[in-house]
Amino acid sequence: MVRFIDGDTRVLVQGITGTQGSFHTRLMLDYGSRVVAGVTPGRGGMVVEGVPVFDTVAGAQDRHEIDASILFIPARFVLDPALEAIDAGLDPVVVITEGVPVRDTMEIVANARLRGTTIIGPNCPGIIKPGEVKMGIMPEQVFRRGNVGIVSRSGTLFYEIASHISRRGLGQSICVGLGGDPVVGLDFIDVLRWFEADDETEAVALIGEIGGDAEERAAGFIAGGGFTKPVAAYIAGRTAVPGKSMGHAGAIVQGDAGTAIGKIEALRDAGVAVGDLPGDVAEALGGLLKG
Amino acid sequence: MKLLEHQAKKIFLDYGIRIPRGELVDSAIKAREVANGLGAVAIKAQLPVGGRGKAGGIQFADSSDDAEMVARGLLGTEIRGVEVKRLLVEEKLDFSDELYLGVVVDRRSRSYMVLASREGGVDIEEVASTTPERIVRHAVDPVFGLRDYHCRRVAGLLGYSGKEMFSLASVIERLYRVAWEMDAELTEINPLALTPEGFVALDARLNIDDNALFRHPDIVEALRLGGSSDLSPREREARDLGLTYVELDGDIGIVGNGAGLTMATLDTVALHGGRPANFLDLGGGASAEMIEAGVSFVMGDSRVKAVFVNILGGITRCDDIARGLVMARSRMGTEKPLVVRLVGTNEEEGRRLLESQGIPTLETMEEAADRVVSFMGGV
Repeated sequence: MVRFIDGDTRVLVQGITGTQGSFHTRLMLDYGSRVVAGVTPGRGGMVVEGVPVFDTVAGAQDRHEIDASILFIPARFVLDPALEAIDAGLDPVVVITEGVPVRDTMEIVANARLRGTTIIGPNCPGIIKPGEVKMGIMPEQVFRRGNVGIVSRSGTLFYEIASHISRRGLGQSICVGLGGDPVVGLDFIDVLRWFEADDETEAVALIGEIGGDAEERAAGFIAGGGFTKPVAAYIAGRTAVPGKSMGHAGAIVQGDAGTAIGKIEALRDAGVAVGDLPGDVAEALGGLLKG
Repeated sequence: MKLLEHQAKKIFLDYGIRIPRGELVDSAIKAREVANGLGAVAIKAQLPVGGRGKAGGIQFADSSDDAEMVARGLLGTEIRGVEVKRLLVEEKLDFSDELYLGVVVDRRSRSYMVLASREGGVDIEEVASTTPERIVRHAVDPVFGLRDYHCRRVAGLLGYSGKEMFSLASVIERLYRVAWEMDAELTEINPLALTPEGFVALDARLNIDDNALFRHPDIVEALRLGGSSDLSPREREARDLGLTYVELDGDIGIVGNGAGLTMATLDTVALHGGRPANFLDLGGGASAEMIEAGVSFVMGDSRVKAVFVNILGGITRCDDIARGLVMARSRMGTEKPLVVRLVGTNEEEGRRLLESQGIPTLETMEEAADRVVSFMGGV
């Protein structure tokens, strides 16, 4: 079972002294997240936004109780600190970075699996429980607390759809960005399982895009009775050109595989309301939740 | 990053995978010289495009005279839009079996997957869709690694035993090492031929993960010299400017922030009856200069009749976007209509700036898509 976060989660920021790391540490603290320590090798003893910095994760753990970690680390250096967080027993480990070599991601994910660690990302906006806590880089003004769980492969499209849901007078229970890379720690099914067991989540918005077959497998999981709450979806990339990555490394149609139409049909066959426009998702959820 | 056959074969050879004897040539005379020492030869155009065989890019010759003639016929021609500049001239081998062997990144198992089949020499996608049972698969746990017994199992499932099983297992192990150590997205031998001397890679594919190129400076250098690329000239220009750009065939320029939102923007424009000319993702936290560069690049495309900028600012700040747009506008002029949808961080400030310059902004992607399509020849 995957592990997510709540207001009690004590968060470590790896790469806290960098521009992104310090900027988002401030925003996470302002949102109410309990960022208790940071790590940047060679910068132990510094203080960033009131948060003490250590050279290693183990060093931070000598002084603080820590549950989870978020990484703001340049792509080519992600492997070691991600393994360090896994090795230290932190869970979940959120990897925001875009452009991580896929071999490094495979190594991170395989080790996480051995230790039972949840990896969120890479190349993702993170996770937010609106009004309570966030580990990520999402703009909080588009979210409000409610009963819709959101799971998405994309970042800004996820904010777009969250803002429609909020403006429709609905809100979100928890929102998870899976990441836009071909290999990521979580897939839709992992998160749907979590939503199924979560009492606060009454319906789900599933936001997919071209490439791979994660949406088709999610459709199979829903059709097979694995997820029983209402689902509305949007799939980006109907106009994509085959053979080219559309911004995300994982957003690529290869041969006949991974097309938007294939995914839309699979989800519709599973009884999911798939919108033609991003705004349709909120409308569909409004209808589904009223029933 | 796709390597050409001869580049991939050189790497295979470094890893102890057998390849036919041969040489890379750039003239018909050299093709003749190489063929002279080899007898019957295969002459293969070195191109970064698929389907080369079907398009006539692979031919055979029985003599050196013949080789010269074939080479003369191939050099300088265009195959799938790319000029043939170099040929690989290789000995033509006798073989009994043709196999497919590949190592690819598998999203589902989140690991490398070994794919092997006795149906070599044909399109493996075709085999996968018509007779999937003819493909043996093994997902490699990156922590456990690919062990000899895994390789022998794959060879055994393909029907080999004894010496041939060991020999094939060793090719599988070596190809996996190529994949892992070279950061392959995909590496393939199709066909892998069983000759009287053992297994030989008649063809070679190796696509390297762009995100891992920093670990392979020698490859980057070789590719720069070899000029292997499947990007259009505009796409290459965009890449050099640091933009994430894909060329499409319409007339509405699209600029967005974030891959998913930008894709959704294209789809929404298309649903409103418009035809996007491109995909351009500014990414997160773009500076005003980056925005100016991106918007100017799209405006400068002669095919583009109107530009739609769709921004939902998170780490991207709307005031930066507005400043970038104003700069692009003063550089590129006001001839092409510009439709801007701008919401998110510092949205008020951004809007005020744009409106003071006579650039109106809209609040939803749908109304903006509708507006930009309305500029296109009275649709």
